[in-house]
Amino acid sequence: MKNNLGREIFDQMKAFASSDAFEQEKRRLINTKTTEGSVVFLKNIEETFKYVGLKNGMTISFHHHLRNGDKVINFVCDAIKKEGFKDITIAASSLFPNNGPLVELIKDQTITGIVTNYINGPIANAVGMGDLKKPLIMDTHGGRARAIESGDLKIDVAFIATPAVDKEGNGSGKFGPSACGTLGYAIQDLMYAKKVVLISDYMTDNIIEPELSKHYVDAILMVDKIGDSEGIVSGTTKITRDPVGRKIARDTVKVLEALNLIKDGFSMQTGAGGISLAVVEYVKNIMISKNIKARFASGGITGQYVDMLENNLVDTLYDVQCFDLKAARSYRENRRHIAISASKYGNPFEDNPVVNDLDFVILGATEVDLDFNVNVTTDSLGQIMGGSGGHADTAHGAKVTIIVTNLLKARLPIIKEKVTCVTTPGEDIDIVVTERGIAINPLRTDLIETLSKTKLPILTMKELMNIAHDIAGIPSNYEMSKEPIGYVRYRDGSIIDTLYKIK
Amino acid sequence: MKIGIAGSLESNDCLVTIKDSDVLSIKVQSIVDAFYHDQIVELIQTVLEDVNMAHVDVTVIDKGALNYTIKARLLTALHRMEASHA
Repeated sequence: MKNNLGREIFDQMKAFASSDAFEQEKRRLINTKTTEGSVVFLKNIEETFKYVGLKNGMTISFHHHLRNGDKVINFVCDAIKKEGFKDITIAASSLFPNNGPLVELIKDQTITGIVTNYINGPIANAVGMGDLKKPLIMDTHGGRARAIESGDLKIDVAFIATPAVDKEGNGSGKFGPSACGTLGYAIQDLMYAKKVVLISDYMTDNIIEPELSKHYVDAILMVDKIGDSEGIVSGTTKITRDPVGRKIARDTVKVLEALNLIKDGFSMQTGAGGISLAVVEYVKNIMISKNIKARFASGGITGQYVDMLENNLVDTLYDVQCFDLKAARSYRENRRHIAISASKYGNPFEDNPVVNDLDFVILGATEVDLDFNVNVTTDSLGQIMGGSGGHADTAHGAKVTIIVTNLLKARLPIIKEKVTCVTTPGEDIDIVVTERGIAINPLRTDLIETLSKTKLPILTMKELMNIAHDIAGIPSNYEMSKEPIGYVRYRDGSIIDTLYKIK
Repeated sequence: MKIGIAGSLESNDCLVTIKDSDVLSIKVQSIVDAFYHDQIVELIQTVLEDVNMAHVDVTVIDKGALNYTIKARLLTALHRMEASHA
């Protein structure tokens, strides 16, 4: 069976139609539950499993706010194996290389299912080799919130790594040795999981304004250490010094200026890639020189945005996840640095998710195709090495979505006839900026009209691809295996593409 | 034995090692093997023909170098091989 983008998908599943198809649907909500102050403190993980009634075949969830420094996922899974549980599905908002020990549990079928928004490292490789029994499901950040609240993703037990807890059972990311800032990706787990366990290494008095309210919490387990704070920092938070990257950033800013997007009261989001960070730096300089103030910035928040907040260049930061410790500190200290849940951030069924208010978003790509579809899920051989995260959510919400990418990466043309895997549909991608030229989506005649009056090098996507081929040669056709090992679920719950086993 | 080495294992570069040999042997190991292996081998053959070198053993470890880089590294490695003999 094929979906509207012509991608082969599993039979009997809801096929992707278009990025605004959800507007015809009603929001589905399962009941939240309340524990009304009956939080218990448990002694160890074995007792915790008994208390929450963990059984074979259940789905357990985790968040990724401690990123590559997280110790909770491995700790819980290790105990699950020791206790002899089988057939467990892991619903983690992301999985990183430090979760490598789970590979063994996938192979012995302790873990048989994974639902996540982003996955790289040893687990991604194992899943790519076909080691996971059930199909891997890859959501977007907003889509995961939708899946949880609708019951499409039923969570039996949420194990929430919590940097600080109080005696009442409230939890916060603001304090403690592993303070990671906001806990946006854990909020739907907290509200909708059948059982909720906070796992923490820091007890404090009375948390005021907790991100995790005791009313949803069943139990708390104190451990020695939930994470390494250095591992919390995202790997890609350095501004690019590469001249090619900087040219792409400069041209992107010219595009933003030509479209009059940098003006008083604007809003923006950028990824944490080196080129995006350079764009923010240039935008910041323009704001200072022209005395412009932004209304808000959103997303995974970096120290760069904290500087802008503290220098009064932006009114508010809407932060679903702190990318570095400076952001975590700012969130703790600054009232204008506001935590939002994954749902408030990008759930299509929220009344007004933050992404819908964005004037522009700057995103990366592993591949872009002639139809402007973007892949950030796999490499060109189909090996999983990432995932949407908020890519598809922000691309749909923002008024202008700009992809910044080198035309070639290590010889491989980034622009392909067809992407290996569709993460974000081309209808939501407006502009692609490369060092050799800028392509504008033919659907955006308004942008074409404005930008064609400038001196910017506007080309068609086909022309850009041909330039790449002139430089690198035409890549030979690579046939992926036909054996599906998972699928990419669009934010509305429809299936946008299939993931295949690696040859 | 004569040997010439040129290049590096940096991204977008390649490391070329050439030795004299009774028979022509070309080994290419590339991060873009799936897409450019044949084109790289063909390029090496063409360069070797151009300079009339039929009796060499060429090993290329490629990190996504473009053709002109591979050609330049190959020619330099050839010169170094000759120089090592002199």
